[in-house]
Amino acid sequence: MSRHSALPGFGLAMGWTIIWLSLIVLIPLATLAWKSASLGWAQFWELATSRRALASYRLTFGAAAIAALVNAVFGTIVAWVLVRYRFWGRAFLDAIVDVPFALPTAVSGLALTAVLAPSGWVGGILADLGIKAVFTPLGIVIALVFIGLPFVVRTVQPVLAELEPELEEAAQVLGASRAQTVLRVIAPVLLPSVITGFTLAFARAVGEYGSVVFISGNRPLETEITSLLIMARLENYDYAGATAIALVMLVISFSLLLGINALQGWARRRAGMGAA
Amino acid sequence: MRAARHALIATAILFLGLVVGLPVVVILHQAFSKGWSAFAAAIHEPAARHAIRLTLTVAAIAVPLNLVFGVAASWAIARFRFPGRAALLTLIDLPFAVSPVIAGMVFVLLFGRQGVVGPTVFGEQIIFALPGIVLATVFVTFPFVARELIPLMEAQGADEEEAAVVLGASGWQVFFWVTLPKIKWGLLYGVILCNARAMGEFGAVSVVSGHIRGRTNTLPLHVEILYNEYSYQAAFAVASLLLLLAFFTLAGKHLVEWRARRAEETFIP
Repeated sequence: MSRHSALPGFGLAMGWTIIWLSLIVLIPLATLAWKSASLGWAQFWELATSRRALASYRLTFGAAAIAALVNAVFGTIVAWVLVRYRFWGRAFLDAIVDVPFALPTAVSGLALTAVLAPSGWVGGILADLGIKAVFTPLGIVIALVFIGLPFVVRTVQPVLAELEPELEEAAQVLGASRAQTVLRVIAPVLLPSVITGFTLAFARAVGEYGSVVFISGNRPLETEITSLLIMARLENYDYAGATAIALVMLVISFSLLLGINALQGWARRRAGMGAA
Repeated sequence: MRAARHALIATAILFLGLVVGLPVVVILHQAFSKGWSAFAAAIHEPAARHAIRLTLTVAAIAVPLNLVFGVAASWAIARFRFPGRAALLTLIDLPFAVSPVIAGMVFVLLFGRQGVVGPTVFGEQIIFALPGIVLATVFVTFPFVARELIPLMEAQGADEEEAAVVLGASGWQVFFWVTLPKIKWGLLYGVILCNARAMGEFGAVSVVSGHIRGRTNTLPLHVEILYNEYSYQAAFAVASLLLLLAFFTLAGKHLVEWRARRAEETFIP
């Protein structure tokens, strides 16, 4: 074991980390993989690709992608406004960006349902326009926009704050128009952080449960996200069905996590090059 | 230029107001829709009081466990170089990536009626009881403290710790007298985030709790039950307690950031 440090305590700290990680995370997740393996390939495939499961994947990933895209656009605008402009109420606006982080998901789901229900403040206006948000995929997307928002803002914001105004001034002095400056100078520097924020929001949205369960109505094949389908299988004591679908989600989540790590490394290297 | 500026500010305010502001206001509006006495009654009702007690108990067990883990993991990862370090970091992050329903489900696979381990450990029932709720909560809040501390400790470096060792301090002395004062604000922030998630967790706890009213219902589960029983005002009254938790969490975050900034400004090397 290579430990280039004069400090004591490596054995104790490492030992406790490995034991606790194994007990709480690795062994329980391995149980899921092991239970799936005991199903056999044919049964696993049948359970993981049933019509209801496929519909839930389509809805989950589709809604998560749309929500993350909405957040990538509006989250970047919010980050821009918070970093670049000074106006009355800016600190308050900055503070409420974190509300979706801090608010328990069940409460978020309840509140969004109340706002968007036909009797609610926004739902009433939407109903007049003939749009139904509660118990539809639209409601799911709105819930996922809510929980994903801080991920984009808090990823883009520090990069924007580090962006040196000299860069933009230089572009303007050299005769670039404002649009050219934004597209050619600012966008390339911001892009890695926007993509990272998008992926973080997407990954969070794919696994989201609490904020969606109230607003979606949970109709199989129509508004049932994958987490809800797993829950439904568990409630029917269909552990084989739940296990197969959960393993699919676990593998996808793990791949997303590895992708995010790679993205963040890339974004850091890009930022490092910009500063040098 | 000016027009663009105003348009962007207006867009940001409108977007945040609609997506974040309205849901917060609606919770308070609904909670007090039948007046103060109905609000107080919803919170004083025995099942609600039990849910509050259970939520506090679960957080009081899960947060210290993750605090100890977070400090140990940060010490190992931020102060030493070893093979597999990046992989270990990724594994610590894993609970963030996993759907909370799956987080609860794995403990049912282990401790359920047909589970791998079986329903009881040392005669203690795990699923549909307090131990299961604590396990699921520890799982979902697992990375919070470590995630705050590792980058902080890496940025600070180990020069002071190494000096203390050279001067003859023992390992625990180094930790309590040198490291802890350096990391205390980051540690506190990690604990605040960990606590907020522990008290607010819904999906994972929902799978393992069994929803036994007055016994295994935490605050978020109690909110769901009230809502499903069409007791909307009561559901929002209890939800407003969790909104209060969110406010305290955000206030704690700002306090910690302010203290950390001040500590940086007054620091004389």
